[in-house]
Amino acid sequence: MQTRGDGPILLTRHLLGIESLSVGEIEGLLDLARDYAVLNRAVAKKQALLRGRTLINLFFEASTRTQSSFELAGKRLGADVLNMSVRTSSVSKGETLIDTATTLNAMRPDILVVRHQDSGAAELLARKLDCCVVNAGDGSHEHPTQALLDALTIRRRRGSLEGLIVAICGDILHSRVARSNIGLLTKLGARVRVVAPRTLLPPDVDRLGVEVFTDMNEGLDGADIVMMLRLQLERMTGAFVPSTREYFRFYGLDRAKLRRAKPGALVMHPGPMNRGVEIDSVIADDIEVSVIQEQVEMGVAIRMAVLDALARGLPQEGANAP
Amino acid sequence: MMRTAFLNARLIDPASGLDARGALLVENEKIVDWGPRLFNDADPSDAEIVDCGGRALAPGLIDMRVFTGEPGSEHRETLESASRAAAAGGVTTMIVMPNTDPVIDEPSLVDFIKRRAAATASVRVAPMGALTRGLQGQVMAEIGLLMEAGAIAFTDGDRTIANARLMRRALAYASTFGALVVGHAEDPDLSQGAAMNEGEFATRLGLPAAPTAAETIIVERDIRLVELTGARFHIAQISCRDSLDVVAAAKARGIPITCGVSAHHLALNELDIGSYRSFLKVKPPLRSEADRAAMVEGVASGQIDVIVSSHDPQAADTKRQTFAQAAFGAVGLETLLPAALGIYHCGQATLAHVVGTMTAAPADILGLEAGRLAKGALADLVIFDPDEPFVLDAAKLHSRARNTCFDGRRFQGRVHMTYVGGRRVFDSAADTDG
Repeated sequence: MQTRGDGPILLTRHLLGIESLSVGEIEGLLDLARDYAVLNRAVAKKQALLRGRTLINLFFEASTRTQSSFELAGKRLGADVLNMSVRTSSVSKGETLIDTATTLNAMRPDILVVRHQDSGAAELLARKLDCCVVNAGDGSHEHPTQALLDALTIRRRRGSLEGLIVAICGDILHSRVARSNIGLLTKLGARVRVVAPRTLLPPDVDRLGVEVFTDMNEGLDGADIVMMLRLQLERMTGAFVPSTREYFRFYGLDRAKLRRAKPGALVMHPGPMNRGVEIDSVIADDIEVSVIQEQVEMGVAIRMAVLDALARGLPQEGANAP
Repeated sequence: MMRTAFLNARLIDPASGLDARGALLVENEKIVDWGPRLFNDADPSDAEIVDCGGRALAPGLIDMRVFTGEPGSEHRETLESASRAAAAGGVTTMIVMPNTDPVIDEPSLVDFIKRRAAATASVRVAPMGALTRGLQGQVMAEIGLLMEAGAIAFTDGDRTIANARLMRRALAYASTFGALVVGHAEDPDLSQGAAMNEGEFATRLGLPAAPTAAETIIVERDIRLVELTGARFHIAQISCRDSLDVVAAAKARGIPITCGVSAHHLALNELDIGSYRSFLKVKPPLRSEADRAAMVEGVASGQIDVIVSSHDPQAADTKRQTFAQAAFGAVGLETLLPAALGIYHCGQATLAHVVGTMTAAPADILGLEAGRLAKGALADLVIFDPDEPFVLDAAKLHSRARNTCFDGRRFQGRVHMTYVGGRRVFDSAADTDG
């Protein structure tokens, strides 16, 4: 391949979260993804790097963009991709997660991408499976590839994250995107703020090395990046916030609030958006400030980089023949 | 007539505070003599001799909080398998919870437990009856009839009665019969869906969590209701400093309440959950290190009266889940003593004091004869080496379930022999599992 050499980038077999990654590993992945982003704009996008490898996308939670992003990344690298959507409610669980893992293990995949509604699910699978495990979101814990693609997007626009002020706004309490981003951005030297009403702030969140704001205008003051989070309407209304219109009034991103941020500040959102709830449509669609589409594009590049990096640790042909 | 002489023992009698070398003589199922001078001059010629080799000889332990699966979930634990675990842990009396299927809310079911235990269990078993029918927290159970049938106390086990009016009436009604009520302190609304203790660690793990206030609020409420009703009341488990302070203040006001703590909450804190170890998901949840230290302090000062195992066997399929979905509970009968002895080894309390929280103290609260060394007392005894180190191996537990918090843990304090009514029910030298 024409990108960076094929030396090791990750020190572990799995990508379970940002917390366990070093700055060197993160930068290695971002550099690799930058090259894949270039490749993805070429006419011929297909690589043979993962030819003969099997990638299983195991999604216990519905997801359109993350699942298709991993699928495309796997296919562009030449892997055989199997998508499995498992709908289980916590009440009607017949088979345990570990049973599912053992069954999949017997199919001998090389890489398993997993999304699950419970925190710790990816780590549990990693302990029980022989293959590489990529966490595509576990409960309210981590979503490492989202944080990596956000960092890649910021780096492309700003060159570096060092010293940038990033305001993460919205449902911090339930957000794995927030936790992974807090970890990654602080590791790369950004100053991270979280902005939310008290009911959506996790206890002791300041211990994660962030500044905490309950007033969005103050939280956005002088920010370089405004990262909006999705409000999970089905669980939130009435329980954590009284109504969507009240939420939009105080925590929805509109022109007036955005004016408090630095001129030229970037607006990000992991999607899917609730227009008129956490973000005004005018902002979401304003190509001068919104990099939401670029985030999706970088998503594929990041996932290719992650698969590439993990494949470097897989046994090579002939190395361990039975 | 069967006589057994225990020689060369370190006698521990928490009721009198005695900790001295001596001997003890058992005739049939009772202690007939004991003391530092017994058999000083000559060994008894007509008795079986048990040389304790300087190890501790104490009253058998009384565990006030044991969940089993019988009836209804025998795959988790039967009275028989729990009793083998108890015997291996030096526990000679298990107080079993009514949280079974069916719930122990019927006199005939109290009778079932008693007869079943007599037929299968190797240690004494006393059932608590349900405080409300079906543990539903809506209608009082037949406290009088259950008591007549032999229920030793009344509780909804690991459920809190959310309705304060019902709790008040249950306490008042129970006091009519002088019945002991045992409460679980966990506000069901505040702790709904919670898998662990609220705080920085739960935030990092992204797990749903409940604050310690969920416990303390109920501790406060129930103490107020006891003041109103004058009932005999025991809080099954507390787990945080705030609850301890509330209990201590109530005791200082002269309110006759008592409380317990589990050995898990003395030996572990929330960080031991590490990478989502579901075997450490217990009720109440493991707390911060400051709260754990407060529990140790509470036992040492006597504000916390008893240490329990909160033995709660769970099958592998309900534990081998993600942390949020995994069942609550951990087995504990076999680790109760060594986990509790940590307090003694750290120099925070004497051996007699620690043993007292598992013998004389629960006996006093429950109105049992057991739990002390005395002439004429039942010969329920445990011989243990308080200092002997060992590494816990979950595979060697006697319980039917292996969901221990302590697999691989280094402990000091090993049970060697257990006697119930003068009969040996456990001997580490003959134990094929241990």
